[in-house]
Order: sequence, then C-alpha cells, then structure tokens
Amino acid sequence: MEYFVQQMVNGLTLGSIYGLIAIGYTMVYGIIGMINFAHGDIFMLGGFTALIVFLLLTSMFVSVPVVLALLVMIIVGMFMCGLWNWTIERVAYRPLRGSFRLAPLITAIGMSIALSNFVQVTQGPRNKPIPPMVSQTYDVFGVTISLKQIVIVIITSVLLAIFWYIVNKTPLGRAQRACEQDRKMAALLGVDVDRTISITFIMGAALAAVAGSMYLMYYGVVVFTDGFVPGVKAFTAAVLGGIGSLPGAVIGGLLIGLIESLWSAYFTIDYKDVATFSILAIVLIFKPTGLLGRPEVEKV
Amino acid sequence: MSETTAKTAMPAEAGTMTAPNYVQAARDAFFTAIVTLGMFVLFVGLETTQNIRNELIIVQRWGLLFTLVAIAAAGRFVLSAWISPALAARKATVAARPVVEGPPSWLRTNWPRIAVVGLFLYPMIIVALVGSQGSLKWVDNFGIQILIYVMLAWGLNIVVGLAGLLDLGYVAFYAVGAYSYALLSQHFGLSFWVLLPLAGILAAFWGIILGFPVLRLRGDYLAIVTLAFGEIIRLVLINWTSVTKGTFGVSGIPKATLFGIPFDASPDGFAAIFGLPLSSAYYKIFLYYLILMLALVTAFVTLRLRRMPIGRAWEALREDEVACRSLGINTTTTKLTAFSLGAMFGGFAGAFFAARQGFVSPESFVFLESAVILAIVVLGGMGSLTGIAIAAAVMVGGTEILRELTFLKQIFGEDFTPELYRMLFFGLAMVIVMIWKPRGFVGSRSPTAFLFERKSVSGSFTKEGHG
Repeated sequence: MEYFVQQMVNGLTLGSIYGLIAIGYTMVYGIIGMINFAHGDIFMLGGFTALIVFLLLTSMFVSVPVVLALLVMIIVGMFMCGLWNWTIERVAYRPLRGSFRLAPLITAIGMSIALSNFVQVTQGPRNKPIPPMVSQTYDVFGVTISLKQIVIVIITSVLLAIFWYIVNKTPLGRAQRACEQDRKMAALLGVDVDRTISITFIMGAALAAVAGSMYLMYYGVVVFTDGFVPGVKAFTAAVLGGIGSLPGAVIGGLLIGLIESLWSAYFTIDYKDVATFSILAIVLIFKPTGLLGRPEVEKV
Repeated sequence: MSETTAKTAMPAEAGTMTAPNYVQAARDAFFTAIVTLGMFVLFVGLETTQNIRNELIIVQRWGLLFTLVAIAAAGRFVLSAWISPALAARKATVAARPVVEGPPSWLRTNWPRIAVVGLFLYPMIIVALVGSQGSLKWVDNFGIQILIYVMLAWGLNIVVGLAGLLDLGYVAFYAVGAYSYALLSQHFGLSFWVLLPLAGILAAFWGIILGFPVLRLRGDYLAIVTLAFGEIIRLVLINWTSVTKGTFGVSGIPKATLFGIPFDASPDGFAAIFGLPLSSAYYKIFLYYLILMLALVTAFVTLRLRRMPIGRAWEALREDEVACRSLGINTTTTKLTAFSLGAMFGGFAGAFFAARQGFVSPESFVFLESAVILAIVVLGGMGSLTGIAIAAAVMVGGTEILRELTFLKQIFGEDFTPELYRMLFFGLAMVIVMIWKPRGFVGSRSPTAFLFERKSVSGSFTKEGHG
C-alpha cells in the first residue's frame, strides 16, 4: 500500500510538469487549430534558462536562498520563453495564417529542429548536471515525500489558479475564448485577434518555462534533446484530455504522469513510453475527442 | 533563431512605397536588435561548459553575441529599406500584367524524361570527371542519399499527398523493412532479391495492422496516433534486445548482389568476372542504380494508380470524405490501401537502406526522419512527383553540401565544424521555404480526371484532406 501511494506521489509530480506543458499545446490548438511542435523545445529552452540563471546566481553570490533562486529562475525563464515563443509566432506562423493547414505544421516542425540544434550549437551537446538544489525529504506514514515534489505540486496549483482566473474572469481571457469560438466574428466585434494570439503564445511559453525550471530542479540535469519526449508526452496529455480543453490538459497530464510511474513500478521501466502511447491510441480509438473534448460537428 | 528568419519575418508595413523609408527601416532594425539581444543574451552570450573538476561553469562570449545582433539588425534594415519595397513593386507589376498562356515549351513537356536520362548518366559523368575513387563521395553522399529520400517521400506522398491522410510515423515502416532484411538475412541466409519483396510485404502488413484501428480518426488526431505508433515501434526495437540487439543494432548485414554475383575480391566477384580492376566504386554505383530503379518503380506505380479507380478514390477522399461516402466509395478499404501501399514502398526503401549500410540501429528511425520526409512531401507541393524530387534534392543535398564546406575552417578557425550546423540550417530552411512558397515548389497540378483537355490548375484548388 505504501508503495502504491509512493508511486502515486511520484506520478502526480511528473504529471504536474506534463500538465503545465500541455496547457500551451491545448491553448494554441484551441485558438488557431495547429499543433505547435516547437512547444516542447520551448520547454527545453526554459530548462536551459533555469540552468544558466542558476549557474550565474551561484557564481555571483556565495550562498543564495533556494526560494529566491527558484523565483529568479522562474521569472527570468517566463520572460525568456515568452520572448522566444512570441518571435517564433511572429516569424514562422503568422505569415502562414489562413494558408493551408499543413504549412504551419511544417514550419513548427522546422522551428523545433532549429531550436534544439540552436541550443546544441551554442551550449554544447552534453548533459548539463547541477548539484541538487533541494534535498529535504519527509516521511509521512511510511511514504517518502521530498520537498521538491511538494514545491512542484504547490507551484503548479498556484499557477493553474492564476491561469484559470485569467482565462475565465479577465477581458483578456474573454478575448481568448472569443477567438477560440470564432476568430472572424471576434475580429468583427473589435477583438484584436493578432494580439490575442500573440499573448496566448506568450502565456503558453511562460507555463512551459516554469515546467522547464521544475524539470531541472527535479531531475538535476538538462540536455538539448530534452524537448522532444516530454513535448510529445505533454501533447499526448492534451489530446487525452480533449484538445482545446484547459481542465482536460491538466487531467490528461496527471493521468499520463500516473500511468508512467505506476507502469514503471509494477511492470517494466523499459516499456513505460510504449504504455503511454498505447493508452493514447486506445483512448483515441474508442473516444476520438478525448476525455473532456467537445464532439466534432461535421459540416457538409 | 538566426538573423535570416528574423528578417523574412515581420514583413514590412511599407507596401508599394517608391522611395525607401529609412526612418521606418531604422526603427525596424532597432526593434530587431532589441529582440535578438533579448533572445540570445543567455544562450549565445553565456556558455555552460564543464571545467576540469567536472563542474559546470559559465564562459562569457559577448563579442559573438554583439556580432550576431549587429548582423540581425543590418539584415533587417536592408530588408525593410530595399528588399520588401522591391518585392511589393514586382508583385504589383506581375499582377497588372495580363495572363498570356502559350503552348508549353518542348523543354517543359519533356523534362521528366530528360531528368531520368540525366540520372542514369550521372554516375558515368562523375566517374569520367573525378575518377572511380573520387566518385565514391558524389555517388554515395549525394546520389544514393538523395534518392533514398526521394523514394521515401514518393511513398509517403501516396498517403499524404493523394489520400490526404496525415502520417507522422512513416519512418516506422522504413524501420520494419530495414529490420526485416537485417534479421531474415542473418538468421535464414536469404538473399537480397528474395527479401526485398518480403520486406515490402511485411511493411505493408504492418501498415494494415496500424492503419486499421486509426481509420476512424481524422486530421490531427490521426497525426498524433501515427506519431505514437512510430515511437512504439522504435521503442520496441530498442528494448526487445533478444531479437534486435537493442541500441547496439544489427551489424554484418550481407550486401546486395547483382543476381548472385557478389561485389567482393573473390574469384566469382564482380570485378573478377568482368575483368576489371578491384574498386569499391562498383558496389556504390550498383547501389545507385538499384535505388534509382526502386524510386522509378514507385513513381511509375503512383502515376498508374492515379488513373485507376483506386487512385481516383484516394483523390476524391482527399477532396471530400462525405461526398465520397455518399457516392458509394468504401472509405475504409480506400484508406487502408493508401496506408499499406505507402508502407510497402517504405519497406522497400528500408531493405535497401539495410543492404547499403550493412548496419541498422534504432538511431536511424527517430521521429526526426518522419518529420524530414513529411517536410519534403509538403515542400515539394503535395502530390507533385517532380516537386517532391526537387524538394528532396534541395533539402537533403543542401545540408550534405554543408559537410563539404571545409574552406569555412580558414575563416572561423580549425575547430569550426560545418556539420554541426546541418540540422540547424535544415530546420530554418524548412521555415523559410514554407513561408516563401506555402504551396510547395511545384504549385500547379494537372488533374487526373478532366473533360476534353488537360489543364493545369493552381495547387490552391486542391485540398489537403481532413485526415
């Protein structure tokens, strides 16, 4: 029983990270209907930003409070990834808006290849390990919970609350929801569609940056290829939850995290990704719109 | 991101201006400089490297950072001040000119034939120019490498370009073909010519197995499930070590033979039988003709199938699935045949790849390969065989050329390796080409079915399918 709860805790931590990345996918898909393949690499850029900021802080000051270091990492990462994703949208996706459906998908894949190779060229191809930032653990009824897991779950919950507030209660969120439903109509009613889409990209990137910082803190290592597998899993999470649905993305992320850690614990760790992808295929075959997605209406 | 995309980016608001607006251009350049500085300050300005004690330290590179920012700003200035107004003016004159359509020139109507003849003569010309040893690189790195991608892209074209099903896991079938040849030839000692069709059949079989459950899915859902299947096959290849030897890969795969004549130094070898001096170039040239034939078979089958009911059904499916169903086309079998035929050509290419390399490992079948093949299909202008061949030559050949640019070492110093930048430029080229020609290199189509006479239509009139 303790073992099971332990795996649940690990899975929830991992799932929080996937959920944060998945929101970026699902929001962009909801508004402009494209798979932003470069999003996983934005997450990787977030991890690298956190790494560089951490090294800067430790080299400039003798001792930095962990809370402060984490805060600086996250904030710088949010700005950095926001800027990158804004530029990418501007450069690679906006000129193709209204073009045929596969064109932005190809530029997104191109951007993904370019981004990971850009980091490889500028930062080197090796693994980048850092000393553990947070190492306390607590023992709760025989289950070991580390402080970093608590931090990850708390930060995720706080961000989701802020995010939920922005999307549901502010004029910006209203504009985003309007663009999602009908972009042309929203434009006729005075919503600045281009600006709203840009802000959506920035918000998604900011969440991915936080996920990147937490990934670095949790695993203590980052490498330039790290964008692909978490990116695909987060996209899987978004599809599993029903693409376009924000609560769906979070639930999908948590489910993927849980499946992955429970599978590794009870079956074989080698096939954990196979399990994730198989479950994705099975869910889509039997419920093609995901868990919380709206059924697609076929217009003739 | 490099300065090149930054400038193709933000198209200047300056439209049909006559005199260059330098104030606006300077403003744009300044803005670009700020954005580039912000993006690059951490990644280019600072480098994380390991010191002797294996700790990560930070190295500062401000000179490089400011050089890049300056290049970006200058590029943006030139673009804003001169290039964009010039392009806009040209576009206006082209639009104003009346459309005159004469009969297509002789070169234009016959050029696929000319290209095929040229491809057959290519190895001979190369051997005549640089000798049999010097030809190795040109035949192998450029000829064979590009033709493999041409064949894969033509195979995927059946699925994506004709039937309109978005497949992001095509490399799985390539892997099935390669491993079929590698394992069956090692365990049962069967020859290449027996295993080539078998690899194709096995891949087609996998195409049906994987295609069957996903037929209900459409568009991006189909894309993500095919991506998942591609990854599953790769992960199984990595982890099923008792059969596939995992990440070590299968080595010592037998070479292909010319109908039983091996390419080696033995008395029955190719060189001995034909009384030629020993050279490794013969095998490469043989492989070149082999892949050329395979690719041409793919093209031939595609062109013929397009005229048959099944090919017309594919294209009808791409244009409108609902109309298709209402006209009595069985969409399930139509999709499955597209899927399995595409997979079969992937399997042929895989078997060829295994015979060429003599070694296969899961490393060769990553998602990136699927992405590259799909990019070639889309950049070529989905459905156009010529366009796809051009796209493969430009994208694969272009990045191969980067390996050859050794003179750059004299400019940037000895430790500069152009290969490192290969995939970076490949990714950026995908973006730039797509923005420049969203409909691909060949933007016009000649329809399969027509009334009275065949007229080319713009690619914008064909749909890309819903999955």
